[in-house]
Amino acid sequence: MSESLLVVEGLVKRFPIRAGIFHRLVGEVKAIESVSFDIKSSEIFGLVGESGSGKSTVGKTLLRIYKPTKGTIQFKGRDVTKLTKETLRFFRQQAQMVFQDPKSSLNPRRSIKSTIEESLIVHKVAKNGGARKKIVADRLAMVELSPNYMYKYPSMLSGGQRQRVAIARALALDPSFIVLDEPTSALDVSVQAKVIRLLQRLQAERQMAYLFISHDLSLMRTIASRTAVMYLGRIYELATTEALFTNPLHPYTKTLISAVPVVSAEERQMKPKKQSHGGEIPSPINPPSGCAFHPRCSLAEQVCAQELPDLAEVLPGHFVRCHIAIDALSANTRKMHLVNSAKEARNKIKRR
Amino acid sequence: MTADESTFSSVGLEITVTRWASFKDRVGRSWYRFRRNPISLAGGSMVLLVILLAILAPYVTPYPKHAGVFTDFSSAFQPPSQTHWFGTDEVGRDVFTRVIFGYRVSLMMAAVVLGLSVPFGIFLGLVAGYFGGWIETIIMRVTDIFLALPPLVMALAICSAFTPTIEKAMLAVAAIWWTWHCRLINSITRSIKTEEFVQASQVIGSSHLRILFKDILPNCASAIMVKITLDAGFVILVGAGLSFLGLGVQPPKPGLGTMISYGSQHLPIKWWLTVFPSFAIFFLILGFNLLGDGLRDMLDVEAEGM
Amino acid sequence: MMDQYMLEIRDLYVYFRVYEGISRVLDGVSLDVRKGEQVGLAGETGCGKTVTMKTVMGALKIPPAIIPKGEVILDGQNVLKMSAKQLLQMKGTKVSMIFQDPMNALNPVFAVGTQLFDVIRFSNRHTSNGGKLSKKEILNRAIAALDEVRLPDPKRILNSYPLELSGGMRQRVLIAMALVNEPSFLIADEPQTALDVTIGAQILDLLSELVRTKGISVLLITHNLGVIQETTERVNIMYAGQVVETAPTALLFENPKHPYSQGLLASVPRLTGGEIAEGIRGTVPDYTAVPSGCRFHPRCDHVMPICSQKKPSLLLVEPDHLVGCWLYAKEGGVK
Repeated sequence: MSESLLVVEGLVKRFPIRAGIFHRLVGEVKAIESVSFDIKSSEIFGLVGESGSGKSTVGKTLLRIYKPTKGTIQFKGRDVTKLTKETLRFFRQQAQMVFQDPKSSLNPRRSIKSTIEESLIVHKVAKNGGARKKIVADRLAMVELSPNYMYKYPSMLSGGQRQRVAIARALALDPSFIVLDEPTSALDVSVQAKVIRLLQRLQAERQMAYLFISHDLSLMRTIASRTAVMYLGRIYELATTEALFTNPLHPYTKTLISAVPVVSAEERQMKPKKQSHGGEIPSPINPPSGCAFHPRCSLAEQVCAQELPDLAEVLPGHFVRCHIAIDALSANTRKMHLVNSAKEARNKIKRR
Repeated sequence: MTADESTFSSVGLEITVTRWASFKDRVGRSWYRFRRNPISLAGGSMVLLVILLAILAPYVTPYPKHAGVFTDFSSAFQPPSQTHWFGTDEVGRDVFTRVIFGYRVSLMMAAVVLGLSVPFGIFLGLVAGYFGGWIETIIMRVTDIFLALPPLVMALAICSAFTPTIEKAMLAVAAIWWTWHCRLINSITRSIKTEEFVQASQVIGSSHLRILFKDILPNCASAIMVKITLDAGFVILVGAGLSFLGLGVQPPKPGLGTMISYGSQHLPIKWWLTVFPSFAIFFLILGFNLLGDGLRDMLDVEAEGM
Repeated sequence: MMDQYMLEIRDLYVYFRVYEGISRVLDGVSLDVRKGEQVGLAGETGCGKTVTMKTVMGALKIPPAIIPKGEVILDGQNVLKMSAKQLLQMKGTKVSMIFQDPMNALNPVFAVGTQLFDVIRFSNRHTSNGGKLSKKEILNRAIAALDEVRLPDPKRILNSYPLELSGGMRQRVLIAMALVNEPSFLIADEPQTALDVTIGAQILDLLSELVRTKGISVLLITHNLGVIQETTERVNIMYAGQVVETAPTALLFENPKHPYSQGLLASVPRLTGGEIAEGIRGTVPDYTAVPSGCRFHPRCDHVMPICSQKKPSLLLVEPDHLVGCWLYAKEGGVK
């Protein structure tokens, strides 16, 4: 029975939009509008969504690159939303990030060695330069790069190699939790395969938890054990990956899966029918009322525009935020747990 | 679990490439790009020539003593000839020698002014760009005020308030020169601070100061280099202007602007007194400008990745 | 016989002069697009598809590029031997392109309408049936073009700036710009990569429909094999400056013959789940120091002695299916 490493409760992040000489507040980008979930140690939790969904913001807010507007983040029992210097140090050693674009996530003016040993220097881990060099060499070996890469610069490496360096940097202090924000989106498919396998191997060997953020559904199916679908700042469906793909409940999830271009006939057959009649993704500055997906949804009814549905557990471990889906399943098993009530949700999740 | 070297085996890990070899390779590539660009090569040669002449002035000039106090009225106002390539001035000193020594002053002025103002401007620009908010507002508004004052006028004002010397002229120019660098660095910092490698350092827990100097500053390096080379020319011009107006180099010290000022009284008959110092200034500034342009072209290409 | 082909690239070699020496990027590329056909060009980063595309468009800067050998025949004319004026006439009228990132392809400081009008006016100036178009005609053509790509409220779009439009809308504008002058050949470079999944699907559907109704020949360049499967009839797999396999899409995906194609398809994550394959060991070759013989041999699990000695040519292994690999030398004849 794994314990929750990370518990996120009612996370909200809004970015102010200012205009004019006096920097007046004219609007807000509602990047995250109340997100709650938990991640167990040694679990790969997937977060999938398109632009404007807020998935990247979740990753960066979890690691305190952005300050949360509201909500709590509990890491190993400690609340990191209210970070003191001490909790901050502890948290930074334990939680790291791998960014999306290998071109911009490595400083082009720093050698590979300098990039990887940064965390060692900041947290005063090794005794001297020589000791640090050994650790850097070891981390490079861990990501299957020769230690000779130490003195190279990012411009000399390919995308796949740079991403490996980014992973080595994240691993420098032996963290227990890594946020991976589209780590392979910029890579070719054969390189991606190698990097994904590396990530899986490292995760298994070092017993780490991952928050894996991506827009690539096929990839999510392969790597994540549980997946949440985000749209315009909220989670609209959350389930085990298997359940999400074999039995998607939300019209948006179905639309998303149906839109994925696939290579084989079997994949084509398992795709659900799309339940959207087209349209653009709305802006997070002016989200639609009620359920944010209703303007594009083929099943939308009046209540969808008026009331935002709750994220409800309609099947064991399978949560969905949709009036239609909830009603359809209320006829069968009825287990309505409102995820908005924190304690209740956590206790129930421990059951898994 | 903390990471320390004893936990990991370094058996079989051979680091065959040294830091030095990697450094040599990088320098080699940069040099290759530099020499392929005719503009930067031309500019670089011109600047290098002037610097060498200035450093070796006592050895390469035919009449080094003419740079100091010297009079020989019998040879005054000689037009250019075999013995005096650039002719002689109103007290009989060799113009060529004085031009070369005059270069020393010009280069020193550029070095002092930029050496003082650039670090100051960079630091303010970094702080303003990185922290934003009211810190940035205050710094940038002060910068704007300074920018509104034309450098020559400011230098004039400061110099004429005290007894004019070349040192005071340099300080005067430095006092306003930092503003351009502050502005440049501020805008670069603002764009870089949202880059993911800065966020990565934040996630690691680096202090603000560390991020400023290890992550952001190195990325401003190319822009700074280009700006410094282009600035050098402009500073020299301002310095010459000050000397021309009598507020810079004081006679009998050789200064290009001063020489032009005195020589202008004798135009057009004794043309060599103004033409050669003017040409000398032109040559040096052109060199710096070409070098700066060439560097910028080279660095743009580097950014494109070819 | 010639009339059948929209584009024929025959044995194209392109080299570049660089710091380390000579970079031999394209090493005998051969591919073709028949009239009315939608053909895919699939390959990973660094395989040379961009260079190939630039050569076809006549956009390659000749020094530092060197073209020692090869022909690029577009609708009967050899692009490599065209004068600058002829190239200008060809671009935008006969051949059109859609780029990957709509944000980069549109000029952010001009309104969309201005850019669209420019395209209409420009090509009209270069076609032989001269005559200037009046402002009204240009406007009408622009509105019609936007209408075709299903953009609502065309007048508002014409007055908008690229930043004001969403990614999907920008891509539609680009498609409108590419199709407004009724080209017979379209090169689409990763049209959906920069877009969200659902929006990208819409764009691909739109594109497919438009090219089918207008009978435009298409060369779709992408590294996304799923997109190739769903939108093309034939596909060319490119590796290290060569086309290593070419076949009807369904056929190739079901039964890839070249070890690279096999490795590539195995690396694609599946919607049905399961483990991803190992990927392909090794890395793309350094073009200044290419492997001898077959460029793929250092990474190949089925390598044989001949592979490092001689470069394989494209062999016919079954109707319309060509593979450049020594494994099939006994089976097939020569192209």
